[in-house]
Amino acid sequence: MIPRPKPERFRLRRTMMFMNAQKPGLIKDAYIYGCDSIMLDLEDAVAENQKDAARFSLYHALKTIDYGDTEVIVRINGLDTPHWQEDIRVCVAGGADGIRIAKCESANDVHTVEAAVEKAEEEFGVEKGRTLLMAALESPKGILNAYEICAASDRLFGVAISGGDFRKCMQTVFQPDGVDMLAARGQMLVAARAAGVQCFDTVFTDLDNEEGFRAEVLQNKAMGFDGKSLINPKQIRLVHQVFAPTEKEVIQAEKIVRAYREQSAAGVGVFTVDGKMIDIAFIPGAERTLKLARACGMYEGDLV
Amino acid sequence: MEILKPAMAGTLESSDAQVTVEPGNGKIQLSLQSSVMNQYGRQIRETVLETLERLEVQSAKVTVVDKGALDCTLKARVECAVFRSCGQSAANIPWGGAVR
Amino acid sequence: MKNAVGRDIPEYLLANGKEVYQGKNYMDGKYIQKASPRTRRYETPQESKLVDSIRTAMEQCGAKSGMTFSFHHHLRDGDFVVNQVMKVAIEEMGLEDITIAASSLGNAHDPIANYIEQGKVVGIQTSGIRGRMGEVVSAGKLKTPAIIRSHGGRPRAIEGGEVHIDIAFIAAPTSDCVGNCRGIGGKSNCGSMGYAMTDAKYADHVVVVTDCLVDFPNMPASVEAIDVDAVVVVDSIGNPKKIASAAARISQNPRDLMMAENVAKVIAATPWFKEGFSFQTGVGGPSLAANLFLEKYMDEQGIKMGWAIGGICGPMVELLKKGKVGKVIDVQDFDLDAVNSINQTPGHYEMSASQYANPANKGAFVNKLDFVVLAALEIDTGFNVNVLTGSDGVLRGAPGGHPDTAAGSKVCIIVTPLTRGRMATVCEHVVTVTTPGDCVDVLVTDYGIAVNPLRPDLIECLDKAGIPHVTIESLKEKAYSLVGRPDDLQWEDKVVAVLEARDGTILDVVRKIKPYTIPED
Repeated sequence: MIPRPKPERFRLRRTMMFMNAQKPGLIKDAYIYGCDSIMLDLEDAVAENQKDAARFSLYHALKTIDYGDTEVIVRINGLDTPHWQEDIRVCVAGGADGIRIAKCESANDVHTVEAAVEKAEEEFGVEKGRTLLMAALESPKGILNAYEICAASDRLFGVAISGGDFRKCMQTVFQPDGVDMLAARGQMLVAARAAGVQCFDTVFTDLDNEEGFRAEVLQNKAMGFDGKSLINPKQIRLVHQVFAPTEKEVIQAEKIVRAYREQSAAGVGVFTVDGKMIDIAFIPGAERTLKLARACGMYEGDLV
Repeated sequence: MEILKPAMAGTLESSDAQVTVEPGNGKIQLSLQSSVMNQYGRQIRETVLETLERLEVQSAKVTVVDKGALDCTLKARVECAVFRSCGQSAANIPWGGAVR
Repeated sequence: MKNAVGRDIPEYLLANGKEVYQGKNYMDGKYIQKASPRTRRYETPQESKLVDSIRTAMEQCGAKSGMTFSFHHHLRDGDFVVNQVMKVAIEEMGLEDITIAASSLGNAHDPIANYIEQGKVVGIQTSGIRGRMGEVVSAGKLKTPAIIRSHGGRPRAIEGGEVHIDIAFIAAPTSDCVGNCRGIGGKSNCGSMGYAMTDAKYADHVVVVTDCLVDFPNMPASVEAIDVDAVVVVDSIGNPKKIASAAARISQNPRDLMMAENVAKVIAATPWFKEGFSFQTGVGGPSLAANLFLEKYMDEQGIKMGWAIGGICGPMVELLKKGKVGKVIDVQDFDLDAVNSINQTPGHYEMSASQYANPANKGAFVNKLDFVVLAALEIDTGFNVNVLTGSDGVLRGAPGGHPDTAAGSKVCIIVTPLTRGRMATVCEHVVTVTTPGDCVDVLVTDYGIAVNPLRPDLIECLDKAGIPHVTIESLKEKAYSLVGRPDDLQWEDKVVAVLEARDGTILDVVRKIKPYTIPED
């Protein structure tokens, strides 16, 4: 059995790659491609009559495979199915880092899952609060309730929009410029930032359309997303490239953090770096840039 | 557990195994085919028998067609087949207990 | 006796001056006496050498029991000629004790397994052995051990008289009435006929089997009429769909692509990656995909490839057409793009197997090769590679040009996933050594790169370029941690195949496998 460290609520999650939990050949080493999180799927990827088999596979994969630093999240079946409770039991017993709530529409949905998770943590002797949550918003109602969902639980690290179902509800289809989901993405981002959680964009399914994928990822980054769900390892590289900070940003961030540490030790709250006024409000952003830079192999210092 | 009716789990895809359990005649009768028989046949047999023992299955006819599955997959397929044969595979699985 | 790669070679195989493998380039500087065939004079002018059947051709060439027949494998899995000829020899003419000396044998030749089981075919000399034939030979049903040679080792053995070919059968996509053959212009085209050339020069008799008779003279000829005794026209020499795939497509498998990119990175980090460098790659997923990434580095650094050799396929032809490689020299073609290009695209030439890879001539192409990228069924911690036996001990592969290019090249890169299903590719001891570890320089897997400690210069190159690498032992441990440590295979004493190193010494033997059976419960 591979002991996994306690999951970190706020960590780097640029790329979350979906994997069918029922396919042994896929899940055995999905981490080698270097995505930040893998998303083992018990929901849509698994046929209705194989939900039980997928849970046995998932349990032993979680217990046996060394996923290293890669975060392991499980997408469970919707609350309107007969499967979700057993899904939660197996996730908690297996030690998954987090659970993705499919088709989440309200804070109440989050609370329902949270209660089941807590019960499972008790049942399996898992540290209370260890299992993180994220919510997938797949309907207009989910988007309208985004803020209450984002703020519903201390376990919740973020929200993701799920484009397929959402577009159907909105009676639209994929548009290259993203206008089909512009309002929803925007509302979800605002809610997530207001609640202080992370925010992830939906999958891009046309694997052959490299230009379209790049355009969407650039837009994601410009809008302020933390990361994106993926369906194929070959999508990872581009997202990491686009989300990487520039060299200039890294140097600036390093200066800010270093100066802040020195100045605050000396009791100074406001100071200048390269002629620019800096205070404590700049620090989280600068530290985030350095963490990102480290993940991208651009920063080897010891400030973060 | 008592094997009540025939049940199957798994596929014949590469890296998977298909496990069938049927009511037995008082002991475990194992039939095993594997694409990695010469190197792993002994270990596959042990894994299957250990898993059945943990589930307290004492009487069953078990057929394993292995396509290079890892141990964790073999266990999952045997367990699923056994729970299915008892009609108990959908909920309240003893994760970390008999299933581990 | 133990050889230089630690393999125990039975003494009884070391007769007639046969030696065990002593290490790379051991035979350098020695002299060989070339064999000469005993051939018939055709002094009276002949209008045509056409005969009405394979049987007539064989009778004219004095076919009898105990002979050695040779074949070449350019028609690959689509070949009909081996089966047609052997059927006539054994079922119609009642010949026995036949030895087949082929450049390779594959799944197309399953029927030959029956002749082996019947004891009619008693010897097999080949590079590749797969399918049913691999199974029956592994089960010990062939009277004498099969002899496995590399593509360079085969012409060496033929030229040196270790293999004496009584009748060579040339599967010819086109021939004229006197036996000038080409690999193009017919209905079952294969492109290069490089493996057949030495056979035609060194066999006592040569029979051309074609399904497309063309006007005399069929030029430029790959096999020349001056060496040919008889020409037979048959309905079909092969299934064109299985001869060459429509196009060897570059893999979209993300694992292959990841490894291919790392291969290109390694190449670009060495001093030989410069204007005019030379290159060979296999057609396996990650090997072929390396072309794609290599092109990117070539563009970035503004350099061109001087020449490429080997089995050739579309992506290399594409580079030639784009002017990114100067010359392509071709011993075999893998897809229609390559078949349609040979001798057509300027700079795309044909060569013989001896020119390609023979270690006993005065300098084959492989000797001037900078980089070769190759696959492996297994590689062990001594960097020894197996491309012949499955990890279950059964014959199902081919050394091909692997040992030749590995030995000749400046940098030999093996690219393979760490595990395949439950099989550990990186392991403690390969089942069979087909390419000795002293010829293998870098291993690229999906779990990391390892450099042979014999190449500190390459380690330095990788370090300088910031390419992470680990020990091959750590890769082996990782593999075993994923799939479990396999049990040792159980063998009987009987040797079913002898694996010759390219220089003719004995590199390894394959014994009869004892299959695992589960104990009665």
